[in-house]
Amino acid sequence: MKVTTELYHCMVAASTYIEDCCISVWIMADFDLQSTEGRLEALRRMVTIRAFDEEAGDRFADGEIPGFVHLYIGEEAVGVGACAALDPDDYIASTHRGHGHCIAKGLDPQYMMAELYGKAEGYCNGKGGSMHIADVDAGMLGANGIVGAGPPMATGAALSIDYQDRDQIAVGFLGDGAVAQGQVHEAINIAATWDLPAVFVIENNHYGEGTAVEDQHNLDNLSDTAQAYDIPGLTVDGMDITAVAEAVSEARDRARAGDGPTIVEAETYRYRGHYEGDEEPYRDDAEIERWQERDPIESFKERLIDRGELTQEEFDELQADIEAEIDAAIEFAQDAPAPEPHEAYEDMFAEMPPEIERFASAARTDGGRPGGDR
Amino acid sequence: MTAQVESELETETEELTVREAIRQAMREELERDEDVFLIGEDIGVFGGVLEVTGDLYDDFGPERIKDTPISEAGFMGAATGAAATGTRPVVELMFSDFAGVAMEQIMNQMAKMRYMFGGKAEMPVTVRTTEGGGMGAASQHSGTVHSWIAHFPGLKAVAPGTAASAKGLTKAAIRSNDPVFVFENKMIYEQKGAVPTDEDFTVPIGEAAIEREGEDVTVVATQRLVGESLQTAENMADDTSVEVIDPRSLYPLDIDTIVESVKKTGRLIVADESPLSYGTHAEIVARVQEEAFFSLDAPIQRVGTPDTHIPFSPPLEQEVLPSGDDVRDAIRRVT
Repeated sequence: MKVTTELYHCMVAASTYIEDCCISVWIMADFDLQSTEGRLEALRRMVTIRAFDEEAGDRFADGEIPGFVHLYIGEEAVGVGACAALDPDDYIASTHRGHGHCIAKGLDPQYMMAELYGKAEGYCNGKGGSMHIADVDAGMLGANGIVGAGPPMATGAALSIDYQDRDQIAVGFLGDGAVAQGQVHEAINIAATWDLPAVFVIENNHYGEGTAVEDQHNLDNLSDTAQAYDIPGLTVDGMDITAVAEAVSEARDRARAGDGPTIVEAETYRYRGHYEGDEEPYRDDAEIERWQERDPIESFKERLIDRGELTQEEFDELQADIEAEIDAAIEFAQDAPAPEPHEAYEDMFAEMPPEIERFASAARTDGGRPGGDR
Repeated sequence: MTAQVESELETETEELTVREAIRQAMREELERDEDVFLIGEDIGVFGGVLEVTGDLYDDFGPERIKDTPISEAGFMGAATGAAATGTRPVVELMFSDFAGVAMEQIMNQMAKMRYMFGGKAEMPVTVRTTEGGGMGAASQHSGTVHSWIAHFPGLKAVAPGTAASAKGLTKAAIRSNDPVFVFENKMIYEQKGAVPTDEDFTVPIGEAAIEREGEDVTVVATQRLVGESLQTAENMADDTSVEVIDPRSLYPLDIDTIVESVKKTGRLIVADESPLSYGTHAEIVARVQEEAFFSLDAPIQRVGTPDTHIPFSPPLEQEVLPSGDDVRDAIRRVT
């Protein structure tokens, strides 16, 4: 049996903080910004995202990771801040830049890395990769390769919640580019019209792929779109985890009270290109450096040190632990078995049709001819 | 399959139109499972633009019969997200031509989610939609698009030709944990037939029905063309014994029943209202030649729409729409 996300964090926590910890106690433990423990966990998740994505970028450049990857480095305060405002059973729907959301939601880096490596041990058994990591049971409804696909998914999850009168909410992440997508408008309009318990978090990293945000929209603040739906919309500093968490927390309360969705725009910045290998002709190093001066991890760490909740030594130790954890995740992913060829035919349907079954019974490597006749 | 048709006939039945049969299927499934709800445009108070949901709103209310904004991508996406998170939406897409508006949601989300997530997402969603020309609705409200959906991996597609199969397939679709599209030909909503009253009657997805047994030629017909082919078969009964098969399910396709029939008759006509090129006809033809090539005594004939859109003017519309007469002519060409 695969170690569940919560169990995994229990194990990490048990070794780090609590002796003889009881699983249920840890699962109940807060991941929010209201307690020292919660803040340290938030910092841990931000550092984990950065370490994960730096390593993923390097391994992609080395050719170990196939396909392509979109890194979240620089935007950590948005995903972690938003998820810190949620309960573990709340849903999130992510974007193509989804690694950060996964870690923020509590997914396990080693199964994420195995997914990036296309291994059977990955969250999606190697069928999804970087752009489709998901763990529905953990409330993570998937990274998504289609720009603007998260909000309809979140509206749908909020519809299930509302229909079954469950005490949850759904967050749809979207980038600034996605605000121009028709399906985003349709999803927010439905959620607003039906007062569904949803929150739409716009991660404005200032570039929709390779085009600047001001060349894609006629608005300065993308949260002003909220006026069209008569719902609250606010723009916050996405480099400040506290600002994001407070905004999403308020939005969550509103959603749970049956008052409908909120749009939260978080102004942030991606340090890396749209995808790894992007030559970035649309911006210069000076601009990147200006944003890096307001690094979300550095500033949150300094704040925790100022509050006396953390020392630099403890931070160094935390960072070393996380680097070791990511190294272990890489090793796990490298060593994990590749999927068996016949698995390509599995998971298409709850009930497999004969059209696929006949190929599943004889994969190419078993002498079958999947592209040929039946 | 013959045995199955007989067993269906042995059960208690009532005379219903296709429209009533579909509505009854939804009513029974709404009563059976509280996770089931209907979602679409004007399906509540209005009762559906083609009156299929009818009075369901009176009995189940706005919580379960949800009128949406005119927002096909929005509600198709919401239904997808809802299906992945514990409910069983039944979407009404008013006209199948509108699938274009929602195609991203259908092809990239609904169809792919389970697979991309390594099987760890459920997708129990049903999409009902109307197809077909014949009422002067012109090109954007008359199309037959089921080949797109049947072609696209990750989706199942059914297309009833009788009232009984309309009820049974709709119920099977709602009970399925896979995304199933139910393609309703709008010209047969008033067509009557004997429908089993048993609330557990379903038509398994992937099972064809032999609607009429014959020896000389096999007609595989769908939707409106099932009834018209049966009439054609009756008209030709003096000199030609025509077997009529309704595949009922387009994907998965019960090719075994078709192949068995072709092995008996040696001749095949495929009649489906979709455009002739690259579609449903071609799939059936290809599979038959794979499995029954040496049983064929004549070239397989296709009856369909000749790759035009459906025009508005009645004489033009009647020119391009396939009919029982086209099936008769095709039979004459090979017998």
